Amino acid sequence: MIVNLKPVPQPEPLLVAAEPKILLFGNPNVGKSVLFNALTGAYTTVSNYPGTSVEISRGRCEVDGVRYQVLDTPGMYSLLPITEEERVAREILLNETPHVVLHVIDARNLDRMLPMTLQLVEAGLPVILVVNILDEAERLGMTIDLKLLEEKLGLPVVGAAMAHRRGLAEIRAAIAGYDRRRAAFVYAPDLEGDISRVASRLLGDYRLDRRAIALLLLQRDPEVTELVLSTEGVHFPQVEEAVNAVVFERRTDLHLRISLERQRICRALLKGVVHQPEAQGKRFSERLSDLTVNPWTGFPILLLVLYLGLYQFVGVFGAGTIVDFLEGTLFEERLNPWLIGLADRFVLWSWLHELLVGEYGIFTLAIRYAVALVLPIVGTYFLAFSIIEDTGYFPRLALLVDRVFKRIGLNGRAVIPLVLGFGCDTMATMVTRTLETVRERIIATVLLALAIPCSAQLGVILGLLSGVPGALAVWSLCIVLIFLVIGFLAARVMPGERPMFYMEIPPLRMPQLRNVLIKTYTRMQMYFLEIFPLFLLASVLLWAGKMTGVLERLVSGLTPAMHALGLPAEAAAAFIFGFFRRDFGAAGLYDLQTSGLLTPVQLTVAAVTLTLFVPCVAQFLMMKKERGWNTAIGIGLFVTVLAFVVGWLLNRLLLFTGVLG
Amino acid sequence: MKLTVKAEEILEALWIATVEAGDNAALLQTLGVGPDDDGLKELSARAFIDVRGERVYLRPEGRPEAQMMVRRHRLAERLMMDILDLKGDKGEARACEFEHLLHQGVDSKICTLLNHPTTCPHGKPIPPGQCCEEARSHGAVGVVALTELRAGEKAEIVYLSTADPKKMQKLMSMGVLPGTPLQLNRTFPSYIFRVGNSEFAVDQELAREIFVRRG
Repeated sequence: MIVNLKPVPQPEPLLVAAEPKILLFGNPNVGKSVLFNALTGAYTTVSNYPGTSVEISRGRCEVDGVRYQVLDTPGMYSLLPITEEERVAREILLNETPHVVLHVIDARNLDRMLPMTLQLVEAGLPVILVVNILDEAERLGMTIDLKLLEEKLGLPVVGAAMAHRRGLAEIRAAIAGYDRRRAAFVYAPDLEGDISRVASRLLGDYRLDRRAIALLLLQRDPEVTELVLSTEGVHFPQVEEAVNAVVFERRTDLHLRISLERQRICRALLKGVVHQPEAQGKRFSERLSDLTVNPWTGFPILLLVLYLGLYQFVGVFGAGTIVDFLEGTLFEERLNPWLIGLADRFVLWSWLHELLVGEYGIFTLAIRYAVALVLPIVGTYFLAFSIIEDTGYFPRLALLVDRVFKRIGLNGRAVIPLVLGFGCDTMATMVTRTLETVRERIIATVLLALAIPCSAQLGVILGLLSGVPGALAVWSLCIVLIFLVIGFLAARVMPGERPMFYMEIPPLRMPQLRNVLIKTYTRMQMYFLEIFPLFLLASVLLWAGKMTGVLERLVSGLTPAMHALGLPAEAAAAFIFGFFRRDFGAAGLYDLQTSGLLTPVQLTVAAVTLTLFVPCVAQFLMMKKERGWNTAIGIGLFVTVLAFVVGWLLNRLLLFTGVLG
Repeated sequence: MKLTVKAEEILEALWIATVEAGDNAALLQTLGVGPDDDGLKELSARAFIDVRGERVYLRPEGRPEAQMMVRRHRLAERLMMDILDLKGDKGEARACEFEHLLHQGVDSKICTLLNHPTTCPHGKPIPPGQCCEEARSHGAVGVVALTELRAGEKAEIVYLSTADPKKMQKLMSMGVLPGTPLQLNRTFPSYIFRVGNSEFAVDQELAREIFVRRG
């Protein structure tokens, strides 16, 4: 056997003339994405980082005739990752070879964020420090001597206020003129000794500096340990021995010791750099912030936000005014008659005629629903959501509801996916991955599938029930009750530890138009790319079902269930539609009601059952993607059975008590 | 002469059943002893208690010793559960053995180590000892959990006691580090505190694990 002792040649990168990369790093809420958008313009792609479920944005920018690829990473607090997002951000560091790394930090919190800069520097990365949010810092009366900081740190430091695009030119200049300087700082001698003891045993090639690898090993980072194991091979036991020896010798939490050491260095670095006068009285935004988190004023404010944002803007304006115009005026009066006329003249085959403009036709059903009904509702919802998100209200809402949410096995953080669920449950199901434990993710997924109607459904249901006095109240009561009861039971049944709640509360601020538009745009884009094909698919399936008679058999199969709920057989079609799109179902009811087939009780029962009923196909597929087949099918069955049981009970109750006549 | 373990146990139970429950006497049954118990005799001989029929009375002479016994038990509980991390029945059992060793100033050492706690892990009061009174009269600033602060108070973070390293790591990477000054702004519905120019919210469970020094 021939043993090849020569090193195996490293495979060349796929694109030899690949564009140099710019990586953006930073804590959450420091304006990283705003900088990203300012650098790259509108041409960005959002995609999963290879092998992970976390999305990152990529874009391009040109500086001094050189084209760069820009990667925006998820917010991270430290090189030692805790959440999935942070893991991915670190993964990017371990895999990419950047031209520069822009570390974006909040000028108001230099002392808290500089430790991360130290970590990037000691990893041997080409760091440019972007001190963002200078405008807010100045408003607090802070002065920051960036020149001095640059001198002390030994790396390029640029001041910026990205919300006003201040500092963008300087950042571009710093990228173009970057020349590698080696910043250096030293820890206390004993820690340095420990680091070199471990680092000297690392023989392999690493993308990051050995000091950084040694520090991560000492803090028992599982992935880095894995990486070192595979790189060092037979030498690994010596590394492990050194790590264990240090950990035992110190007998303290090394993570704490290293954190304190970094804090000490940062304080020394910032001496003379930052001047901040003693805080004067509370500013308006702080007083407003106090009001939003005080339960006595916070809940009325929440109701006001819901009323203005959800009811007035989405319900009345989006689902009312815009839908009436698009659906009533544009489609029903103009486009549909014109297209049906065209089809009558030119499409001779009746099956194609049906497929295009028939009862479930691609145009008359799919496109009309998608464009005229769903688009305005979802669009106004996402706009309202993005405005509220940009003010920084959600973290306050999260801490306000934390105590209630603990009862249902979640913590305050879960309020964000749940609120998003009122826009689109499918998207919200995806966002549940930001919750920390599997238990919370499953509970949130169940609640989203069951008791959170999406905006499209909500819009139709509100319109449907508002004509019947009392029906809306009964419906809301049922849904809230189911939400709480199922959450409460799930918290008891599901194993796992109680969730903990901690969150950074960013300052309240005026929403920035640019941010709001970009956020709304990306959500809409995703919604349309993901949902629109499903609309088409659904309408093709319904058409095929109608043509082959399968639909009829399904409808008649569901008829006993409908009768049990006290509903006419025709309602079955609404339920079948409901699986393709939740709002199809609600809209199906709408058709029934306008033709006068439903009594108030029937209408309410149908609306409740349909709201609780199986999520739409898209949400089901997302559940499968996020939670796996078993959980998805389990949740699907549970939700279906529960929906019908609740519908049956409600029907009995309403008939028995005579509420709603 | 030192009391026997059995006598100490009776005295402790008697304190809880009378002084804390607001009764003037306790039934033999409540104390879990028969009328001929050696411990009872020992206590009667010292005039710490009176036994009349089925009822046992704590005499004023017995009060200081009974109070210290309860104090030793609850200090032992705190030591087991907070420092040695022995929770539940196991911790309780060890505390019951350990309390009998806390004599001759050992209790005040433990009390000082625990920073003069006022309640046991079950929320019952720990009768203050001499060391507590001294600390109070010297105005010693104590290390307390964040939950002990009032809204608006300023303090310095001393240590984080969370048993879950991930949570501790998260708090530390957010800048919640020993040696950092903080100001507590709200205690309800969550604990909101300011570190530097940032605000953080944590729930009660986590706030209990952030220990601060007042002032």
